[in-house]
Amino acid sequence: MQLKDEHKLQTRIRALTDGAATGLAVLSTVLVVAPLVAIFVYLVYRGASSLNLDFFTQIPKPVGESGGGMANAIVGSGVLLGLASLIGVPLGIGGGIYLAEFGRGTKLANAVRFTADVLNGVPSIVMGMAILAMVVHPEGHFSALSGGVALGIMMIPTVCRTSEEMLLMVPNAVREAALALGVPNWRSVLSITVKTASPGIITGCMLAFARVAGETAPLIFTAFGNSNWSTSLNEPIAALPLQIYVYAISPYDDWHRLAWAGALVLIVLIVLAVSLVRYVTSRGVLKGAS
Amino acid sequence: MGVGIEVTTLNAWYGTNHTLQDINLHIPANHATALIGPSGCGKSTFVRCINRMHETNPIARVTGSVRIGDLDIYADANPVEIRRRVGMVFQRPNPFPTMSIYDNVAAGLKLNGYSNRHVLDEIVEKSLKNSALWDEVKDDLKKKSGASLSGGQQQRLCIARALAVDPEVLLMDEPASALDPVSTSKIEDLIFQLKSQYTIVIVTHNMQQAARVAEKTGFFLNGRMVEFDSTHKIFTNPSDKRTEDYITGRFG
Repeated sequence: MQLKDEHKLQTRIRALTDGAATGLAVLSTVLVVAPLVAIFVYLVYRGASSLNLDFFTQIPKPVGESGGGMANAIVGSGVLLGLASLIGVPLGIGGGIYLAEFGRGTKLANAVRFTADVLNGVPSIVMGMAILAMVVHPEGHFSALSGGVALGIMMIPTVCRTSEEMLLMVPNAVREAALALGVPNWRSVLSITVKTASPGIITGCMLAFARVAGETAPLIFTAFGNSNWSTSLNEPIAALPLQIYVYAISPYDDWHRLAWAGALVLIVLIVLAVSLVRYVTSRGVLKGAS
Repeated sequence: MGVGIEVTTLNAWYGTNHTLQDINLHIPANHATALIGPSGCGKSTFVRCINRMHETNPIARVTGSVRIGDLDIYADANPVEIRRRVGMVFQRPNPFPTMSIYDNVAAGLKLNGYSNRHVLDEIVEKSLKNSALWDEVKDDLKKKSGASLSGGQQQRLCIARALAVDPEVLLMDEPASALDPVSTSKIEDLIFQLKSQYTIVIVTHNMQQAARVAEKTGFFLNGRMVEFDSTHKIFTNPSDKRTEDYITGRFG
């Protein structure tokens, strides 16, 4: 009888512990998701009312005139991010491939890995100043090119390290299968290992892209911003984060509203870009491929 | 057609661990040869020395000579070339997960720059028929991933992939140990058919399997080859006491 009671008690304790652990996990999930949802809801609340066709088709109006939009900043951000991806994605993936496949255990690889981690920790304003000194000063003027370089360099460490991690997750059995078929190592790396790791590598690229898409500080001294239309790589160029910054610290209510709208558009565009890449790259994946 | 393999004073190391010691062995052409022995005795290392996969591990080292047909693989050729002539099937099925069934089989040829569609189609069909998988997959060749198949089908896919590059030797490192009995018996039937065209070396923990598929059997223990003889002799009248102890289950 007593044994039975003890058994009952233990079962109850186990059930309670189980409930508590599940509850904590759910609570943590809510706490993680809550800020994101809150930010998005608030952006919609403050920004959605200022969104209209003009916002996407017009350039900013001079001080004192109402209306105007951020068309030039949207296009400018597109140019800057395109440029940044052209620099950051190939260099980052190349570095990741070296770290995971060719340089494993070598001194050079350790040095590269360490450098990438330090680069990841460099404050973005410092990156802006470095590009100011290395690209803007020699050229003699602010330019879209220098902004793209700054963002591109900021993408490299994230892309590089996630690519490395993802390649290391490819089972050795897959590499051996390729080598045992008489496929040269370089070919096996490019056509088999990288392909197998590509979903993860793409995620890394998207993370890096989303991160630099919102960067303002590195653009202040490089792309500089532009209140007119420009898509030239040699001219200063507008960018959404810069425009939001300028409008947000201005004393005009009208501009504040546009800044909120700009922030909303920036987030939505990032989500759209990431979803688009995911959609495009997931097509052609075969049934049952993991 | 298969060719014979002549192994002379083969030694292999992993770091300071002397995993193979003075192996001398003649593996006959167009027969199945089984290698048995307890875990860690060097059988897998031995087959990995035959296609120079052993050296893909940076701490591995090997001395001695292996002749495949008239080719001295450690003297005359580069490893990539040798691996095209010596196919390998691993313990765990390892299809390329992102590739279709078709691309898995064609991988060895495609990755070496072969692109004639007609010929590839023919080779893929022939290889899948040779590995007794064709009827099960012919309708999903390009639709399904190699990873979507069952374990036994995946292993036959890996065999088809190895056969597609038309090797002379087929190394099988415990090819059925991760499979259920039905799949195992399919693989064994396959080995039986394939040995008319290829020289087969099969590592196995399963002594009944060795007895069923192989004409010759070698017994490995602690990095040495204790005995090599006809399978019948090894299992009925071994000349070494240690072989007898092992096959009667007294250790291992």
